[in-house]
Amino acid sequence: MKHLNEYRDPELAGLQLQAIRQVVADGKRTMTFMEVCGTHTMAIYQQGLRSLMPEQIRLISGPGCPVCVTPVGYVDQAVALARRANTIIATFGDMVRVPGSSSSLQQEKARGATIKIVYSPLDAVALAERHPGTDVVFLGVGFETTAPTVAGAILTAARNKLTNFYVLCAHKTMPGPMAALAGDPELQVDGYLCPAHVSAIIGANAYLPLVEAYHVPCVVTGFEPLDVLQGVLMLARQVVAGVARVETQYRRVVKPQGNLKARALLDKVFVACDARWRGIGDIPGSGLQLRADFARFDAARQLPVAIEPPVEHPGCLCGEILKGKGSPHDCPLFRTICTPEDPVGACMVSSEGTCAAEYKYGT
Amino acid sequence: MKSEVILLGHGSGGRLSHDLLDNLILPILSGISQREQNDAAVLDAVSGRLAFTTDSYVVDPIFFPGGNIGDLAIHGTVNDLAMTGAAPLAISVGLIIEEGLAINELKTILESMRAAADATGVKIVTGDTKVVPRGKADKLFINTTGIGVIAEGVDISGSNAQPGDKILINGTIGDHGMAVLSSREGLQLESGIVTDSAPLNGLVKQLVLGLGSHLHTLRDPTRGGLATTLKEIALQSQVEITMQESALPVTPAVASACAILGLDPLFVANEGKLLAFVAAEAADQALAIMQCHEFGGQAAIIGDVIASANGKVRLHTAIGGLRAIEMLAGEQLPRIC
Repeated sequence: MKHLNEYRDPELAGLQLQAIRQVVADGKRTMTFMEVCGTHTMAIYQQGLRSLMPEQIRLISGPGCPVCVTPVGYVDQAVALARRANTIIATFGDMVRVPGSSSSLQQEKARGATIKIVYSPLDAVALAERHPGTDVVFLGVGFETTAPTVAGAILTAARNKLTNFYVLCAHKTMPGPMAALAGDPELQVDGYLCPAHVSAIIGANAYLPLVEAYHVPCVVTGFEPLDVLQGVLMLARQVVAGVARVETQYRRVVKPQGNLKARALLDKVFVACDARWRGIGDIPGSGLQLRADFARFDAARQLPVAIEPPVEHPGCLCGEILKGKGSPHDCPLFRTICTPEDPVGACMVSSEGTCAAEYKYGT
Repeated sequence: MKSEVILLGHGSGGRLSHDLLDNLILPILSGISQREQNDAAVLDAVSGRLAFTTDSYVVDPIFFPGGNIGDLAIHGTVNDLAMTGAAPLAISVGLIIEEGLAINELKTILESMRAAADATGVKIVTGDTKVVPRGKADKLFINTTGIGVIAEGVDISGSNAQPGDKILINGTIGDHGMAVLSSREGLQLESGIVTDSAPLNGLVKQLVLGLGSHLHTLRDPTRGGLATTLKEIALQSQVEITMQESALPVTPAVASACAILGLDPLFVANEGKLLAFVAAEAADQALAIMQCHEFGGQAAIIGDVIASANGKVRLHTAIGGLRAIEMLAGEQLPRIC
């Protein structure tokens, strides 16, 4: 904990803020920095960092919450699978409450479906081992941080010759959506606070093509308050100097090449595919699907179900909010009919969602 | 007791039920002999106002580091009485047992209940036992209902917090919730965190005696944690509350476990903590009373009540930021990213 406190020191925070103010003092323009990591979203809200920023700096949240960027059709497919006989859905907790077109896993559970919340994909493999006559479907949602553990679970299932373990795969990868948003003329992103956990896997070098193509500064930043403040300072310095580079603030964890073991694991089990991002649309090569060798574990291919046509609430602004174009307060549903108890959009479900964070911590 | 597990017949009202009651439950919980048994307990009349409360306990797992569902069920109801300033008098125990519960586990839980009741000075005077088929309950559910008496002149209520009040807590937050969570099946988190479940009536008695009318509000921040309770009081009393994060006592183990799971200790349950709103001039005395008490060694002054009828709660974060605090919405779920 002493280690944690070192990154929350109010005196050092004061010095960082002073440095940020000095850097932006001469500049006449405002700077918009986007983070694309749910844990950054939470850290910024939890520590009240926006309240400390000089007025020239605007911090916005992008598509960094894996639950939030999962399209409604995926939830509908999970709901349809949950309705199958002899099926257990194993999932991380957040997905249970995400509304689909007409139902949610939470509602299916109340009606008798077997939905198990697990803390690790290996728990889902263990479930399959304990219930040999039942199909266990793990909901594979998450970025490169989660995907290696799912790859590990699939390899374990293969080694143990399980025939009743499946993954409904909707894994997504960075930095595809960052490039999509950097090229969006309506959205002026002046710099990215690049995700910490994801970058620990993919490495800081993964952002080089993005910087080259869009001339947008990128700083790989940690989660602690001092990390975020230093990340903002590094971005502001790049903007003022008129340069765009990949820099790593989170050097104690992130290497230029990332975690080679985890990347090899990902590469063994998954192959890149096009993916649909809620609010952003289809981004080529931004998803992961199971390689042909592991197709027998693919729930989408092995367990066909009829899926209802996807319907989203017409008033829900999740899409605009995920792109950083809107704030929760722009949404007519926020706090009125969309609340954490009765969420309309996924951004209100996940603790890392912008709407949930704004609801809980916003001033 | 012939069987090693609870059978459906133990709830039938017949011979097995009597066996369970006469040979296990009554000797442990109350010591009432068969000749004294009636359909209702008869209590002596007391003078003064009565406090009356009920709570049901469904904690999973039923045994967790530092306690079990039994002592929790006594502490919880005794504490609810104490938060009105009442001295607990009598308590009832309703047991809903799932068929198949090991008798020795039930025995351990009943013994914990008795020990907890003895430690608080409350008497278990009546009860009920039901057995439901396997799968219709989760091992054991306990309801406890308590009656307490409030001394004359004591006026402690959630609507009594006043501008200028100091807010105190009698120790670290989040211990119970994290102890239970880390002992759940599937979450192999060897944290060493122990529940803070404890009876608070003794501490409340000292606060009432020592602070008199300077003691305005007491509440135990159980489910929903400190944040939810402060928000409730801000709304009930129509005041604004500000808190200092750096003043909040949190053990390193709880802070680390919360950091790993992506939880906020402000929203994690406590079972042996109370928040006291006291007039500013009595704050140091209140702190001294707490710090000298068995269950208040790490007490701290954590916030202030401000004259504004907006019901807001704000937290000054450790690094100097400001954020709003709302009630716990939904359930705190471990993060996945």
